[in-house]
Amino acid sequence: MAGFSFFGEGLPEIDLAELKGKLIVLEGTDGVGRSTHISLLKQWLENHGHAVLDTGMTRSALAGKRLKQAKEGHTLGGITMSLFYATDFADRLENEIIPALRAGFIVLTDRYIYSLMARAIVRGADPEWLREVYGFALKPDAIFYLRLNTDDLVTRVLQSAGSFDYWESGMDLHMGEDMYDSFVHYQRWLLSEFDKMVDIYGFEIVDASGPVEEVFPELRDRVMRIVDATAIESRPVGSAG
Amino acid sequence: MPGGMKMYGKHRLPGRLFIVEGIDGSGKSTQLMLLQKWLVSEGYVTSFSEWNSSPLVRDVTKRGKKKQMLTPMTFSLIHATDFADRIEHGIIPPLKAGAVVLADRYIYTAFARDVVRGVSSKWVRDLYAFAVKPTVAFYFRTPLDVAMKRILGGRDAIKYYEAGMDIGLSEDIEESFRLFQSRIIDEYEKMVDEFGLVAIDATRSIEEQQTEVRKIVSEALTGTKKSKVRRWLDLASLAKGSRK
Repeated sequence: MAGFSFFGEGLPEIDLAELKGKLIVLEGTDGVGRSTHISLLKQWLENHGHAVLDTGMTRSALAGKRLKQAKEGHTLGGITMSLFYATDFADRLENEIIPALRAGFIVLTDRYIYSLMARAIVRGADPEWLREVYGFALKPDAIFYLRLNTDDLVTRVLQSAGSFDYWESGMDLHMGEDMYDSFVHYQRWLLSEFDKMVDIYGFEIVDASGPVEEVFPELRDRVMRIVDATAIESRPVGSAG
Repeated sequence: MPGGMKMYGKHRLPGRLFIVEGIDGSGKSTQLMLLQKWLVSEGYVTSFSEWNSSPLVRDVTKRGKKKQMLTPMTFSLIHATDFADRIEHGIIPPLKAGAVVLADRYIYTAFARDVVRGVSSKWVRDLYAFAVKPTVAFYFRTPLDVAMKRILGGRDAIKYYEAGMDIGLSEDIEESFRLFQSRIIDEYEKMVDEFGLVAIDATRSIEEQQTEVRKIVSEALTGTKKSKVRRWLDLASLAKGSRK
């Protein structure tokens, strides 16, 4: 069994050999259905007797609340914002993800360092610098990249705009058409940053253009392979055959 | 970050950046205050920046410290976040305007503390790669006993994180403080060569130290803008009709 490792210079005082669970990441731009798939996967895994922790970005006990305020206020600069996200992520990694892995949970995370890096790069942060900063992150067992091509993405964005993202982003203050252009442009840019990471970080691409009923079984089968590996490893020696 | 992210030593800004470093009780803040008085009296436009000064980030840091929920990694990152806000809002803009920026503690504080807490020395140096390289970085070199006397004499109780209580050096806070600060001194000493810190013997009198600091600073100030605004004293003498 390969076990866990850090991307770079890791966290102090963490014994990686103690981490027994699996870390599974769902990545992708807005509107690809990540949270729907996470909740379906969770149900399915729990039905099969696995303990699951599902977690997402900007929810840490330490910085989550202030980070949300910072986003709304637009008062912090690009480097500051990138590091605020990194702090928030480190808090969740150390206080949620690692304890759950230690306890043998399957951790499903809605976004991981890749989204944080993509957003920071789009705002001007240096990609090499970000890689060093996020060197303390654990390498996941699998990264499923729910991918939509640009046209499908734009359609989904159009569908969802006017509700959550539209108002949350405070874009209602601007002219509708300019807002759209800017939003679509931003999503396209993020998409291209994600695409660059596919080979660097070993993303497994899942075509997210179909309906949930078609995408989920494919995702589930891939997750099953990782989880089954755990089940076989945890059997007592000699009982496997 | 329009124009991309500039790295340590790569910024080209017309102002000057002087920073002070040293353990608690080294007298660095006093020296910086005296330096600022002098610069203002000489007509320089000065700007002051200190550790933990970003309001939004400070809130998180405070809460994290109060509830003792910081690990070495989050301690390091939250301070880097605060520092990034100082850089982006409090240091780069005045340097662009040609001002003299004075900073009480800088990246070297983080390098010392975080490494003592077990964080990788390479990682923390990479983390702060966005910092502006100071014109001069003063290090107020103080034996631990001298600093301890100054601290225990005058201030409130030693704080949990300041004493490094989070890394379990000793149950006794004063003993923990002593052990922690002596390791911080070791880290500072390593950085003197690595970053070209200008060491000032902080056991000498305040006046002697300030004379040396002013001499070094004045050599680094050639070509720096001075304020065109007259000080009130000049205006007062004008009002009296003095031609001096």
